[in-house]
Amino acid sequence: MTIYLDHAATAPINEAAVDALNIQMRKLGNASSIHNPGRSVRKDVEDARHKLSELIGANPSEIIFTGSGTEANNLAIKGFFWQHPERNVIVTSAFEHHAILDPVEWLVEHEGAEQVLVPITKAGIIDLDFLAKVVAARGSEIAVISIMHSNNELGSIQPIAEIVKIAGSIPVHTDAVQSFGKVEFNFAALDVTAATISAHKIGGPLGVAALILKRGLDLTPVLHGGGQEREIRSGTLNAPSIVAFTAAAEYAIANMATNFEKIRALRDYFVAGVKQCVPDVSINSISDPALPGIVNATFPGTESDALLLLLDTEGVSASAGSACSAGVPRPSHVLVALGLSESDADASLRISIGTTNTKNEIDQVLAILPSVVERARNAFVVSELN
Amino acid sequence: MKLIAAMSGGVDSAVAAARAVEAGHEVIGVHLALSSNPQKYRSGARGCCTIEDSHDARRAADVIGIPFYIWDMAEEFHEGVVENFLSEYSEGRTPNPCLRCNEKIKFAAVLDRAKGLGFDGVITGHYAQMHETEIGRMMYRAIDPTKDQSYVLAVLNTEQLAGAHFPLGDTVKDDVRIEAKRRGLYVANKPDSHDICFVPSGDNAGWLRDRLGSEVGSIVDEAGAKLGEHKGAYTYTIGQRRGLGITVPAAGGEPRYVLKIEPKTNTVVVGSHEALAVRKIVGDRPIWCGPEPVVNTEFRGFAQIRAHGSPLSCTYLQTGTEIKVELDEPLFGLAAGQGLVIYDGDRVVGSATVASTE
Repeated sequence: MTIYLDHAATAPINEAAVDALNIQMRKLGNASSIHNPGRSVRKDVEDARHKLSELIGANPSEIIFTGSGTEANNLAIKGFFWQHPERNVIVTSAFEHHAILDPVEWLVEHEGAEQVLVPITKAGIIDLDFLAKVVAARGSEIAVISIMHSNNELGSIQPIAEIVKIAGSIPVHTDAVQSFGKVEFNFAALDVTAATISAHKIGGPLGVAALILKRGLDLTPVLHGGGQEREIRSGTLNAPSIVAFTAAAEYAIANMATNFEKIRALRDYFVAGVKQCVPDVSINSISDPALPGIVNATFPGTESDALLLLLDTEGVSASAGSACSAGVPRPSHVLVALGLSESDADASLRISIGTTNTKNEIDQVLAILPSVVERARNAFVVSELN
Repeated sequence: MKLIAAMSGGVDSAVAAARAVEAGHEVIGVHLALSSNPQKYRSGARGCCTIEDSHDARRAADVIGIPFYIWDMAEEFHEGVVENFLSEYSEGRTPNPCLRCNEKIKFAAVLDRAKGLGFDGVITGHYAQMHETEIGRMMYRAIDPTKDQSYVLAVLNTEQLAGAHFPLGDTVKDDVRIEAKRRGLYVANKPDSHDICFVPSGDNAGWLRDRLGSEVGSIVDEAGAKLGEHKGAYTYTIGQRRGLGITVPAAGGEPRYVLKIEPKTNTVVVGSHEALAVRKIVGDRPIWCGPEPVVNTEFRGFAQIRAHGSPLSCTYLQTGTEIKVELDEPLFGLAAGQGLVIYDGDRVVGSATVASTE
């Protein structure tokens, strides 16, 4: 038995994407070549770009395909920073993904950048007053403001439109990898300067993502080479993955409203069930609006790695904060930013429900959860005694 | 049984885990992160617990087809092993951190956590044998004398040993490597680890000096006459002959050896080889790996005082709080703090920590 409750890490690939991938992988040609096979592949890539741009509310030329969401985020952060040598401040939130926080930290260490972290309120939303003060005091020094569209551990959707208003002429980037395809996301309507989206979070293949960047803007590239994507990102276009990305996006957006309701109902059912079977649980994912499928819960007196091990032995896949390079579990920085103590953060799990989950699966998880929590508590008491 | 396989990233623990799976046990691989600041790569045979080692362990678990997790035991290891190592040295004793790690981490913190999670025991790649006998479960030397690790396991009491599984005790190392290759475990040719894992440079004296300082003290003879100076008494080992830094030669020109380390006065006492001779050993903190020998009764057996030392025939008795050993032949160079392990033939009777010698 495998019950997959880690859709925010990666989602099952959908059939439309597999078909698109299969067909395109058999086609010969480099999209940058001018001969017939090259032109044919280029048409496929550009058709895919065009469709994707419609789905996201952007112009086709605003889509820059990359190899991963991490690459797109690096390109945005470093690209804006390097593009504006006179501005050295980068504003992000305290609960961004490491694919944002780490490039910023790298720029701080190596390139003289200054990082300003916007704190998080108890509801899991960034502190807009803080942001407004920073912009008012230091607007002319800020190279870019990067705030995620929704948080990957809490699901809370951030007030991006208000952030854009506060930012004025300062570029705003948003990491939308968790939002795109699951909740309303329109690039033009939000009026952000740049956004990151990724295929594998929505049923597309691994290894393809995109930075959406307003027309007419330039970023200093991270990768140099053939200049394929607006001279901003080099590398042979990954035609099969790009075509499959669009196929997955079409499928996700066509079914978004139905899936949203279905997943949200499963989430609410799960949360009610957990509260009943583990009465001292505390739910950290409480904000609204939010992604439909994310539950973050603290099970006091446990350690998340023990919970994950026990769930895994029962066939249930969930996740916790991140691990360091040696694989040692670390308390989630997101939960610490939310105000949890390190021990509570360390006792927390993320469950992310997706389109393939069923009510029966949730029932099975609820049936084993009390014993899992109890065993994790036994192990914790023992290790505390040593 | 449901077992936790402690996987270091080396060949032995990988094969041990694979054998347990083959024997029908439900096995989960666990790599212990013992350093809060691990090195990226392993240098030769030195050290362990690098990031590379944890990746090797994970790869082995994947090949065997078992789940794999990393358990953070860095704090426990630091408090239970590293700090103890430093305090023992600063008190003039010579500890063996591997014994301490087995006693306090691998078969304590890990075994306890495993039991709390609902597992029955811990498997490791140590070379030792467990046999069920009429009088209970007992530990014996491994059949490969060059790899036998019963010495470093003799700090485990019967309760700890009840949850300990050593599938490699009946196999010689060369065959373990062949088996690893046959099983597709690419760690088959990885070098064995030696030395102290938390001193990756291998420079024990330098490591101690960095932490305990290098206060200059005297080197004296048995009569107390000053012969030279040293930079930290704890960097010397009982029986050490080379690199003493003595400026006054002995009258007869015979070599001098470290006889005693006195941490309070920061003094190193040197003398002749004969003065190193030890016939009687008293060990405290006795631990029994099987049935406890009758109190105040003499038994014949063997004493071993180093991981790869020879077994020394002896008469021993236990008082309840101590083990007293009288060796048949004198032993040259034994420091307080070393592990004293008693064998009855190949069976491990128990262990104690060397407290005094004469």
